[in-house]
Amino acid sequence: MSKREKKDIRLFEPALVSESIKQSFIKLSPRLMMKNPVMFCVEIGTFIMLFVSVYSFTNTDQGTPFYNIVIFLVLLVTLLFANFAEAIAEARGKAQADSLRKTREETPAKIILDNGKVSTKPSSQLKKGDVFLCETGDIIPSDGEIIEGIATVDESAITGESAPVIREAGGDKSSVTGGTKVLSDKIKVLVTTQPGESFLDKMIALVEGASRQKTPNEIALTLLLSGFTIVFLLVTVTLKPFGDYANTPVSIGALIALFVCLIPTTIGGLLSAIGIAGMDRALQANVISKSGKAVETAGDLDTILLDKTGTITIGNRKATNFYASKGIHEDTLIECATIASLADETPEGKSIVELAATKGYRHPASLGNETDFSYGLPNARIIKFSAETRTSGIDLDGRVIRKGAYDAIRKLAEKEGKHVPDEIKAAVERISSNGGTPLVVSENNNVLGAIELQDIVKPGITERFARLRKMGVKTVMVTGDNPLTAKYIAEKAGVDDFIAEAKPEDKLEYIRKEQAQGKLVAMMGDGTNDAPALAQADVGVAMNSGTQAAKEAGNMVDLDNDPTKLIEVVEIGKQLLITRGTLTTFSIANDVAKYFAIVPALFMASIPALQALNIMRLASPESAILSAVIFNAIIIPVLIPLALRGVAYKPIGASALLARNLFIYGLGGIVVPFIGIKLIDLVIAPLL
Amino acid sequence: MNSEILGIVVLFILTVVLAIPFGRYCVKVFKNEKTWLDFLAPVENFVFKVCRINPNQPMDWKENLKASLTLNLIFFVWAFVILITQAWHPFWNPDGIGNMEPTTAFNTAVSFMTNTNLQHYSGETGATYLTQLLVFCFLQFVSAATGIAAMASIFKAIVQRQASDLGNFYQLFLKSCTRILLPLSIVIALFLVLRGMPSTFEGAAQVVTLEGDTVNVARGPVAPMVTIKQVGTNGGGYFGPNSTHPFENPDYITNFAENFAIIIIPIALIFAFGFYIGKPKVGYAFFAAMTVVFLAFVFITVHFESQGNTELAKMGIDNSLGAMEGKEVRIGSAASAFWGVSTTSTSNGSVNSMHDSQTPLSGGVYILDMMINAIYGGVGVGFINFFVFVIIAVFISGLMVGRTPELFGKKIEAKEVKIAALVAILHPFLILVGTAIASHVQANQADIGWLANPSYHGFSEMLYEFTSSAANNGSGFEGLGDATPFWNILCGLCMMFGRFIPIIGPLAIAGSLAAKKYVPESAGTLNVESPAFVAVLLSVIIIIAALSFFPALALGPIAEYLSM
Repeated sequence: MSKREKKDIRLFEPALVSESIKQSFIKLSPRLMMKNPVMFCVEIGTFIMLFVSVYSFTNTDQGTPFYNIVIFLVLLVTLLFANFAEAIAEARGKAQADSLRKTREETPAKIILDNGKVSTKPSSQLKKGDVFLCETGDIIPSDGEIIEGIATVDESAITGESAPVIREAGGDKSSVTGGTKVLSDKIKVLVTTQPGESFLDKMIALVEGASRQKTPNEIALTLLLSGFTIVFLLVTVTLKPFGDYANTPVSIGALIALFVCLIPTTIGGLLSAIGIAGMDRALQANVISKSGKAVETAGDLDTILLDKTGTITIGNRKATNFYASKGIHEDTLIECATIASLADETPEGKSIVELAATKGYRHPASLGNETDFSYGLPNARIIKFSAETRTSGIDLDGRVIRKGAYDAIRKLAEKEGKHVPDEIKAAVERISSNGGTPLVVSENNNVLGAIELQDIVKPGITERFARLRKMGVKTVMVTGDNPLTAKYIAEKAGVDDFIAEAKPEDKLEYIRKEQAQGKLVAMMGDGTNDAPALAQADVGVAMNSGTQAAKEAGNMVDLDNDPTKLIEVVEIGKQLLITRGTLTTFSIANDVAKYFAIVPALFMASIPALQALNIMRLASPESAILSAVIFNAIIIPVLIPLALRGVAYKPIGASALLARNLFIYGLGGIVVPFIGIKLIDLVIAPLL
Repeated sequence: MNSEILGIVVLFILTVVLAIPFGRYCVKVFKNEKTWLDFLAPVENFVFKVCRINPNQPMDWKENLKASLTLNLIFFVWAFVILITQAWHPFWNPDGIGNMEPTTAFNTAVSFMTNTNLQHYSGETGATYLTQLLVFCFLQFVSAATGIAAMASIFKAIVQRQASDLGNFYQLFLKSCTRILLPLSIVIALFLVLRGMPSTFEGAAQVVTLEGDTVNVARGPVAPMVTIKQVGTNGGGYFGPNSTHPFENPDYITNFAENFAIIIIPIALIFAFGFYIGKPKVGYAFFAAMTVVFLAFVFITVHFESQGNTELAKMGIDNSLGAMEGKEVRIGSAASAFWGVSTTSTSNGSVNSMHDSQTPLSGGVYILDMMINAIYGGVGVGFINFFVFVIIAVFISGLMVGRTPELFGKKIEAKEVKIAALVAILHPFLILVGTAIASHVQANQADIGWLANPSYHGFSEMLYEFTSSAANNGSGFEGLGDATPFWNILCGLCMMFGRFIPIIGPLAIAGSLAAKKYVPESAGTLNVESPAFVAVLLSVIIIIAALSFFPALALGPIAEYLSM
């Protein structure tokens, strides 16, 4: 977790606070305020109070100048608090972005010119289509795609992960990110983005709030809050003629105070801060989101497609057992299996050699000279795996050793009139039904035995899937395995569904099928052939190590290349919505206490009976109104930490979660202001 | 438990028990399934044939709305013309009643078209038998059916998946009349006639009293009118005093039957929603949410009315029967209070006691009940009003559980929230602005002579009138000189907006929902039948509909109560 701590910025970092305070005043500009209807109404009210304050110096019908000025100041502070919330969220985003941007400071780029010569230019002058060279120790100057060579790259500047990664031309690991460092070897890189338009640049702009757009839910909520504001405007304005009828003059200050208290300023003031903080949290999890909408959508996901390998199981299959045919000594099987696997670079092949070693067999070649492809065997000819034969192996003097799928070996044997022994048939079936993959080994087309390859499910993954299920998210495992194996692993890992023998288009098909049922689907991918599915998915998370095409197609990029990251993304999305919902509830629930503070205060003078509604026993009408507006102002900064951190999400089912949040923020929202307003009244009453 | 309380407990339980099968039956009608009233089909088909309507033609929300509004315009013109010319009609006017004053006629025509039935005239002296039957009785059927048809379209929208068809308005409208309102009315009318309610075309009866005076006792085709007034949550009485009049409500048994008729359809339609969408629990949950408020209101009013008027008690007047001013002895205080809550809950508006004379908090409860206007609510429209609160509650609670809000598998997005918010604003707007204008006029022209009572009670009278108009309730607090152009026109406009905007808005939402993709439910989906959601729903109703009126109520009934 060390990388997290590095990126964690203190909630009220002094440097950020002073900048945010400055921004709070700049944001008072009506042009900026207009975007937030609720706070814009407060601003209008503040202006009116300014005039009333001036007016009250020469007239007596609107209360004392002191009282009016205090209301004016409290309203101004309310506005500043709301602006501060937004400013600090932006500043924190900026600070996050800056720490990323540091990695992108001017670095020299070795550009390969058309004539093949190399010249050095500052990275900022790199254009799309340029090709540059990076050697051991160089900082990669820009995002791009390797067109030649292979290198180990230290990406810790971006991901925080210290282990170096391999990047090579072609395939799914060809993409490099500006700011990372080449540790060994040499690569040629094609620049794929215009200056200032790389992923990090785009993301930095997003996090800084410059290009932040309101998400659909945010728009809907703003509309609802505007509706509330209009209702409370009606409530306040009509009180004037009601007061006239009841022979109770109501001062403008009191009306504006009532209005500002009733409209949902708490959520109105914190709304944009919540949105910015949501993207910020995604960034802290090292996920770059191309839009706030993507984060929000993540909270709604119904289905998640996960690759089996690397996500659900540890890396690749491992050999776990040898089964020799009757009459064949196990050592013979082990020896042949090892020889056939020596040249096999696949993890499965290597695991066979490893398993043999644990059984005490070590081929001389694996101890000796690895560059000798004959492996010390006379006249060896390596037979590579081909999709046609579905076998691989080695030809030696008089020995033809093959290993491969059961069907392939059986065909080879049967071609020569030989049969697969019954016990091997049984072993193969047993292995398959246990979720393993059987390999059969033959020598001169005589079946020697079978090797069992098994997938190892990652520890802890079952619990994560259970958590997703409680959130209502269905998990789907995508694997190239046969259905039998896939089913076994799926059951073992606890996923809800699987796609076996999956081709890239199967993923696309599955996503479309789910979407046709109205579901929101997420997937994670890295390869170019994942790009269509990433684009089709509602949330497509591309790995940062993946190809440029994959990154373009997805709407999020995971800097850690961690396939289980989707789970965190879902929680961040849910948190974002929950924070908005609970603070809206809290804000509206506060109105109950505010009514009981202000309404009696308005009429107590002429209708003494209404004193009975002053259940908080506030000292005087003036202190009651001031206490309510002061409470209304200070609740905003009090809730800033909650808005920035987000309300915790607990996967306990929707109804239980609603009950819990309703209890805390609904009931809390009713009770807290009664206490708060009373306390403020106790403090300010002697001062008036 | 005394027998008065036992009477209302039995009444409520009986109604709820019968409302469940009745709700099931209504669903069959809406879905065009087989019912035992299918023998009426030839009559209905004849009507469609004459009107050249294809009852099976699918209609989207706009076509539904257009049909509904056009038909209502025709009803309005029909009513207005008959009212201002009723003296000249050749028959069914044995008592020689004159034409109606134009602004009163406007108010009355709007009032009956909108299912409000606010009456700024007095039935026995202001309307001929022809008017009573062809305008009032007729409109009480069709205005109720308009509301039910709109509601049935919304039901259909909920179960539609990416389709625009919300059912055929004409079919839903006509079948609501013939299959729901008419059969129930016939049964209840026969029962009321058996209990002594008059139903005749003869003119006023001359009666010689014990003192030897000759008096003219107004009568007429009372029973059919009274029945539909209750069944269709209309409330327009035959006589001025409405169901306090012995011919409109002869005894405790008829009172029981009429009160049953007031709430049976509104409650049944809430259950019907659950049955219609195949989730009866949802209907029960919505019913539970409404019933919590309903019973709280019943408890308050029954308590205060049975307790009696403390001011009168101070004068040494016996209050043991409760606050009997403005009440009928044959009905009693508990049944009067229960009726008051029933009639204001369901936008009915018929009265069996004078609300103006009830204790201040009971009056306040009636006003509040109409302000909410969704506790069972009027036939059809009650559910529609409630539906708006459901949309808002679903939106807020959807956010609270971290999922884009959905209602029955349809996402609630900016468009729906916007319309719902606009509809929710309307009610406070009409009531508060209307009352504010009246308060302003009254404050500057104290001698205008509107108010029979000064001070807080006078304020309540104005507030009640606008609330009753906006909620399409139609009951009057009385004590208000309301048959003037000011009240006729302003209340007329309130009724019109209060009627049609809450039909147009939710129908638009329904159209939008019907066209949406269906999102299957998962463990993360909010259950609308869960107690937690019902709590959110109640909070939304209380905060939007009730708290926005808190200052107004504080100046009226609450101030009056606290000053006692």
